[in-house]
Amino acid sequence: MSVPFYVSPEQLIKDKADYARKGIARGRSVVVMQYEGGILFVAENPSRALHKISEIYDRIAFAAVGKYNEFENMRVAGIRFADLRGFSYDRSDVTGRSLANAYAQTLGTIFTETPKPYEVEIVVAEVGDTPEEDQLYRLTFDGSVGDEHGYVAMGGSAEAITTALSERWNAGMAFDDALRLATELLGRDGGTEPRTLTPGQLEVAVLDRSRPRRTFRRISGDRLAEILGVPDDEADSAGAP
Amino acid sequence: MSERISGRLPEAFLAIGSSGFVDFLAAYDPSLLPSAGVPSQGTLDTPHGTTIVAVTFPHGMVMAGDRRATMGNMIASRDIEKVYPADEHTCVGIAGTAGIAVELVRLFQVELEHYEKIEGAQLSIEGKANRLSSMIRGNLGMAFQGLAVVPMFGGYDPDGDRGRIFSYDVTGGRYEEHAFHAVGSGSVFARGSLKKLYRSDLVPGDAVSVVLEALYDAADDDSATGGPDLARRIYPVVAIVDADGYRRLPDSELEPIVQRLVNQRNTRPNGPFAPLPEGDAS
Repeated sequence: MSVPFYVSPEQLIKDKADYARKGIARGRSVVVMQYEGGILFVAENPSRALHKISEIYDRIAFAAVGKYNEFENMRVAGIRFADLRGFSYDRSDVTGRSLANAYAQTLGTIFTETPKPYEVEIVVAEVGDTPEEDQLYRLTFDGSVGDEHGYVAMGGSAEAITTALSERWNAGMAFDDALRLATELLGRDGGTEPRTLTPGQLEVAVLDRSRPRRTFRRISGDRLAEILGVPDDEADSAGAP
Repeated sequence: MSERISGRLPEAFLAIGSSGFVDFLAAYDPSLLPSAGVPSQGTLDTPHGTTIVAVTFPHGMVMAGDRRATMGNMIASRDIEKVYPADEHTCVGIAGTAGIAVELVRLFQVELEHYEKIEGAQLSIEGKANRLSSMIRGNLGMAFQGLAVVPMFGGYDPDGDRGRIFSYDVTGGRYEEHAFHAVGSGSVFARGSLKKLYRSDLVPGDAVSVVLEALYDAADDDSATGGPDLARRIYPVVAIVDADGYRRLPDSELEPIVQRLVNQRNTRPNGPFAPLPEGDAS
C-alpha cells in the first residue's frame, strides 16, 4: 500500500482554486450592468437553448459563466428556492440577498468538502423600485460573495471588460447605449482583433423596473438587430437559398 | 435539518429531476401541499364557493364567477374572488371548498411559472390542463371528507388561435368543453341560460353580457349564488383571455354593463327572450 504524500492545506486550497479559475477563464464572458430602466444582462452565447441568463423570480435574475451542468444545477436550485419561499410565505418575501446567501453557503461547502470544486461564477441581480435599491451580488467558486455596484463582468476577459466599464459606464445610461457598450466590450474578448457580435451570438435579457410582477424579459431577434445595427446572421442564412 | 442550519441549499434542491414544483414539494416538504393533513373522519362546515361560467368566442374566452361563499345556510363571504389568472394566457375558476381551492390555485400558478422558468418554454394548454387534473386527483382523500374542489380551466390556445375550456370532476377527470360551460351549485341554471344565449360568433363584449346574464339566472334560482350587489358595488369577477393575455375587467368597466342588465331585469325579470325557430313564432 502506498503512503499518500502530505499536502499542506494551503496547497490543497490553492490547487482547487487554480483549477476552478482555469475552468472559468476558458468560457466567453457575461456582462451585467444597471441602466436607467433596470438591469441589463448580455452574454456571448451562440446557443439558443442552453441559457447563461435566467429568470429566478419576479425581480430577481441569474447569470453565470463556467461549466454548464454545474451552473444549470445552481440555477434550478435557485428557482426551487425562490418558488418554495414565495409559495410558503409571500411573493414579496423572496429576496436576492437570501438567494445569494444560499448560493454562497452551497458553493462554499462544495469547495471545501468535495475534491472537485464547481467551476462557476454567478451573478444574482435584483431590481428595486429605484436604481439605489438595485442589488448585484457576485458569487465565486469558493463561496465568496461580493456586493457590486453598477456593473459586473465575469468569464475569460472579465478584467479587461471591468476596466473598460469603469471608464465608460455611468448610472443613467439609456438601454440602447448600455447594450451597445456591453456588446462592443464582449467583442473584444480574446484579445486579438475586435469582433462584431451578431444578434445570433448574443443572449440578452433585462429586469425591467417599470413592469409589474415578473420583470424579466428576453430581447432577441429583430429588436436586438435593430438596436445593434447588425443584421441577425441566422435570419440571413435562413433566407438564403 | 443540519442543512437548514448551515444555510446551504438542501440536497433536494440540487437533485436532478422533474421540472414540476408540485413534484418537488411532494418530495421535499409534502406538508405544504393543499392535500396535507386529511382529517381521518367526520365532516367540517367550511365556506364553499359556488358558480363559475365560461364561454368561448372567436380567438378567446371569457370566464366569470359570482362573489358569494356560503357555509351551510350562512353567507360566509360576499366578495370572495373565484376566478384567477393561472398564467399569462390561462385562467382558472373554482367551485367547492374555498380554502382548499384558493390554495390549489396558488399552487397551480407556481407550478406553471416554475415549469416555464426551468424549461425556458411554456407548457401547452393541454399540458397545463393535465397538471391541474393530477393536482385535483391529489385532493381525492379530502373530497371523501366533503372537502371537494371542482375547478374550471380555460384560456387562449395559440395553436389554433382560439379559446378553450376544460372542466373537471373530483377524481381529476378532465373534459374539454366546447363553446360554454358552468360549474358549481348554480351551474344547472347558468347552463340553461348559456344554452339559449350562446352563439358561435360572439364578440368579446357580447360574451361578457352572456356570462353576466347566466350568473344572474344562477343567482335567481340558487340561494348559494350571489347576484350583483349594487348597494355595495360588488360585481362578478369577469376575465377575458385572448392573444393579448389575461385581463380582468375593472369595476369601472363592469358597472355600466351590470347596471343595464339589472335595469332590463327590472322590466323583464326572466331575462332576454330567445327567439323560437323561424316560422313557428307568431
